[in-house]
Amino acid sequence: MNDSKIPAWVNIIVLPLINILFAFAFSAIIFIAVDVNPIEAAKTMISGALGYQEGIGYTFYYATNFIFTGLAVAVAFSAGLFNIGGEGQAYIGGLGVGLACLGLDHTLPFWAILPITMFASMAFGALWAFIPAYLQAYRGSHIVITTIMFNFIASSLMVYLMVNVLNQKGQMAPVSRVFESAAVLPGFHEIVGWFGLSFSESPMNLSFLIALLCCVLVWLLLWRTRWGYAIRAMGASPSAAEYGGINRKRLIIIVMLISGALSGLLSLNEVQGYGQQLKLGFVAGYGFTGIAVCLIGRNHPFGIILASVLFGILYQGGAELSFDFPNIDREMIQVVQALVVLFSGALSLMLVKPTERLFVYLDAKKKPKNQLAAEA
Amino acid sequence: MYESIILILDATLRVSAPLILAALAGLFSERSGIVNIALEGKILASAFAAAATASITGSVTLGLLAAMATSVLLAMLHGFACITHRGDQIVSGVAINMLAAGLTVTLGRYWFGLGGQTPPLSQGERFTSITLPGADAIADVPVIGLLYSELISGHNILVYLSLLIVPVCWWIIFKTRFGLRLRAAGENPHAVDTAGISVAWLRYRALICAGILTGIAGAYLSTAHSAGFVPNMSAGKGYIALAALIFGKWKPVPVLWGCLLFGFLDAMAIRLQGAELPFIGEIPVQAIEILPYVLTVLLLAGFIGRAVGPKSIGVPYVKSR
Repeated sequence: MNDSKIPAWVNIIVLPLINILFAFAFSAIIFIAVDVNPIEAAKTMISGALGYQEGIGYTFYYATNFIFTGLAVAVAFSAGLFNIGGEGQAYIGGLGVGLACLGLDHTLPFWAILPITMFASMAFGALWAFIPAYLQAYRGSHIVITTIMFNFIASSLMVYLMVNVLNQKGQMAPVSRVFESAAVLPGFHEIVGWFGLSFSESPMNLSFLIALLCCVLVWLLLWRTRWGYAIRAMGASPSAAEYGGINRKRLIIIVMLISGALSGLLSLNEVQGYGQQLKLGFVAGYGFTGIAVCLIGRNHPFGIILASVLFGILYQGGAELSFDFPNIDREMIQVVQALVVLFSGALSLMLVKPTERLFVYLDAKKKPKNQLAAEA
Repeated sequence: MYESIILILDATLRVSAPLILAALAGLFSERSGIVNIALEGKILASAFAAAATASITGSVTLGLLAAMATSVLLAMLHGFACITHRGDQIVSGVAINMLAAGLTVTLGRYWFGLGGQTPPLSQGERFTSITLPGADAIADVPVIGLLYSELISGHNILVYLSLLIVPVCWWIIFKTRFGLRLRAAGENPHAVDTAGISVAWLRYRALICAGILTGIAGAYLSTAHSAGFVPNMSAGKGYIALAALIFGKWKPVPVLWGCLLFGFLDAMAIRLQGAELPFIGEIPVQAIEILPYVLTVLLLAGFIGRAVGPKSIGVPYVKSR
């Protein structure tokens, strides 16, 4: 069945790593172009992201967001759907979390609120994915275009709500009141505190553990259930899947609901953990980063964890970078991210042909010797 | 009343110009079979290139050329990824959008030290408005005077260019051999290949056309509409243009109407801010803002008419062996 001339380990490990190296090499060129020594910059980034406990906390706080959005993209990708609307789904998911917190934080204790906010984030995110999914499944409109449009609609809707409905009485700022402490997710430093350990205070919080749990669940879903089999079958060949008795329309909707719910969970970290109030623009491009994370993580939950930590390091390291180097700010990280998407995603097939030729050449070199040996 | 209608239409033209240019760019690329969600990034990058070049050299023409060159370069990157290496066109588009957003600010900070902005451009470094002959003379004539002097006269050259380019694009796409082949590449690339014509080269040329047009759209934003570049100044215009392209069903003249409609909505949104309408009350600006997106979604879903794109759009062409 496998007619590739390239050994599996090269395909799964070596080629993706070379693609990332390409991205970093081009990033280094841009660092040099703005008068920054890329090696110094890399050192600053790594020590800033992993060198001390607070930095590590920030790194994993960012990674939490990327795990959620990366998984969201991956689940849809497995079914051959491109969900580019993580941005909007997470935003609306945040609305759900915010409403639940604002409504309940005076009356319920944390352990009662958490399941409700989790459900709210997932339900609101899934709802925002449902309409594009329905339109794709039953009306044939292209999901990429509709999810892009829904990102903009979500953003306008949130501006309207924050400016006119959810802001505090008599104040101009488009932010809700700060949640009572009963609603706020415990920080990682508090959680390790329960076990008698200590960790510096950082925005990393309980949602990181929820994110890891989601990785396990997504892995189980995709590789250990009938639905997962159907999803991957549809991704591999929609017509074959349909022929095999899979209800394509229903599956598109199920997949997008799961994907939207995962995007929505991001807001646990951003709204209930970090921001502790509803405000504008808290998704801040994390939904798009999810695409990069999914591409590097090769659609696999384990790969997504690694890729998320990598991007966490880039984000946190990038923030540190802007303190030390006046020529750079956070936007530079977006350039690195763009190059990663370019090389690991759009140009991922670039190296396949030359590698194939290399292995064919190596094979051809081996053969005459074998033949000689056989004759002798 | 008459005066405010003229003023709104005048604003509509100014807001629509970059949309028309970008949507026609998308038309070239999508008609040839390449999805172009990178319009946004190309507009942004060329807006930066135009303002930066104009501010350094003092020449607005060089700025325009730099904008077109930058945008064509990004289009070639898109082509290199999706035509030559058969990469995913949407992923490549996302990458270009991110690259433009990041690079413009990074380079802008380094070159000008103004937090990503370019220095404000003086009159000579911008496209200024042109007063058509006789506009001042008949300005006082009732009805026609205002129409001519405010709405028709007094725009910069790129606005007129964007309107003139619509029939030119229509002619290229529907009346030339290149246009026929380009449309065929988007519908049935195998047929094009069988006729002995290179699908890849056709698509590259379509992307070059798209690059030139988005370059002009970008230059319009930073050197005609405003006086200088500010970070993220494209602000979703590329996506609105994409919506207009779908709204116009991938045909030049309907695309023009789509752009004018979305431009009109934009102009209305600014005008209606905080205004009370009879019977309805105050309309939230956001409700008008989202109309282009909602209309496009409805149209795509077939609730109001039907928009069907080129058949082979988004599919990398693999020569059968």
